[in-house]
Amino acid sequence: MIDMQALQTLAWTVLKIFIIIIPITLTVAYYTYAERKVIGYMQSRVGPNRVGPWGLLQPFADVFKLLFKEIILPANANRFLFYLAPVLTLGPALAAWAVVPFSDWMILADINASLLYVLALTSMGVYGIIVAGWASNSKYAFLGAMRSAAQIISYEIAMGFALVCVLIAAGDISLKGIVQAQQGGIFDWFWLPLLPMFVVYFISGVAETNRAPFDVAEGESEIVAGFHVEYAGAAFAVFFLAEYANMILISALTALLFAGGWLSPFENVPMLGNTMLATPGIGWFLAKTVFFMFMFLWFRATFPRYRYDQIMRLGWKVLIPLTIVWVVVAALMVLLGWIERGA
Amino acid sequence: MTAMTNYLRSLMLVELFQGLAVTWRHMLQPKVTLNYPEEKTPKSNRFRGLHALRRYPNGEERCIACKLCEAVCPALAITIDSEQRDDGTRRTTRYDIDLFKCIYCGFCEESCPVDSIVETDFHEYHFENRGENIVNKQQLLALGDRFEASIAAARRQDAAYR
Repeated sequence: MIDMQALQTLAWTVLKIFIIIIPITLTVAYYTYAERKVIGYMQSRVGPNRVGPWGLLQPFADVFKLLFKEIILPANANRFLFYLAPVLTLGPALAAWAVVPFSDWMILADINASLLYVLALTSMGVYGIIVAGWASNSKYAFLGAMRSAAQIISYEIAMGFALVCVLIAAGDISLKGIVQAQQGGIFDWFWLPLLPMFVVYFISGVAETNRAPFDVAEGESEIVAGFHVEYAGAAFAVFFLAEYANMILISALTALLFAGGWLSPFENVPMLGNTMLATPGIGWFLAKTVFFMFMFLWFRATFPRYRYDQIMRLGWKVLIPLTIVWVVVAALMVLLGWIERGA
Repeated sequence: MTAMTNYLRSLMLVELFQGLAVTWRHMLQPKVTLNYPEEKTPKSNRFRGLHALRRYPNGEERCIACKLCEAVCPALAITIDSEQRDDGTRRTTRYDIDLFKCIYCGFCEESCPVDSIVETDFHEYHFENRGENIVNKQQLLALGDRFEASIAAARRQDAAYR
């Protein structure tokens, strides 16, 4: 006899997964549109405006184009790994969303070490890139994969130390607990006491997702398109989806760790009292995430690509020493009571 | 001291924020892009686009097969054959322009003693098959009939400077 209770839980969980994944996929579609529009405007152009009103249907045109194109398997490529690599990249990018708290109750898996889980899964993404570069049997893809691997490993350390500071400040390792430790309005969020770590984390996040100005993994002026140079059609679309899902994830994590997640910036402002603006909710979380997503695009429109050795110098000689120092500083701040845990 | 200030400046990301300010300013500026098929920039009356052979108002073709255009053409894009017509005048039997060779310099138009071969301001054309790049006499005359109004207007505007 089938356990009805377990079946019901399973169905409910699957439904919740779809409720998370479908909006993310749609967000990715319109993130690409926003990217082209924002970068266009910053470069004194108007961006896509031919497909649908204001070009709003452009993402669908792009998706259908990619889906109808042929997936080409290069000669002497490893067929199994070649097709596995995009999945390996997309899987972790979506799986990490399981522990992201959208508000104090909207969370798929409320586990107590969710930050560790997120850190583990964002590191997993690099395997997809390495496998893609190796399986393609192409020198440019291989170079891109090597660059990407070195870069992600370097920046993971700085990112990890920045997160250690957050853990010290929050005294909790679950994302929910970290957000709850930031209660009390915009100046109680961790971005202020941990300002250098906030910057380091976001810079590392940009480097982790291989985005400009750290996009040497696919620098088209040097190595054509890096690790995904041999991919076409739907396989390429999956890489694309993973990259943008990762960007959204990093934005969401920055909002959670340093900008108070779903908390309102106007908490404890006497005039607002209990109005809409002062109540925490998913709207605040989404607004903060969108702000950090916009920062990604802004960076891409502004900064030229780092040279490879400059990336390594920044990672090892600037960010990592800075974060190590700030771990001590953060510990002292907690000890001296400058950071109040969950005031 | 300067080394110290430079170090602090780079640590505070001063120049990066300046760069971000530039792109932010540009994002808010009004855009000057023309939405091409709907909006077009005005063209000079000396614009050199697709060629055409003109006629006199009575319908007689202007070209007298002097072959000056063929001689002056730096890209050797024009090929002309001629013969004597029944009324004793010299006329072309063949007038081909290879639009792939043509560099749109306008020398043919300048050399023409009877203002027959001209370059119109029409530039939005394309070919769909091989060989369509070579336009013959009939096509050129048809183009002349089609654009006669704009050709004549442009020549009138520019007459004082010729």
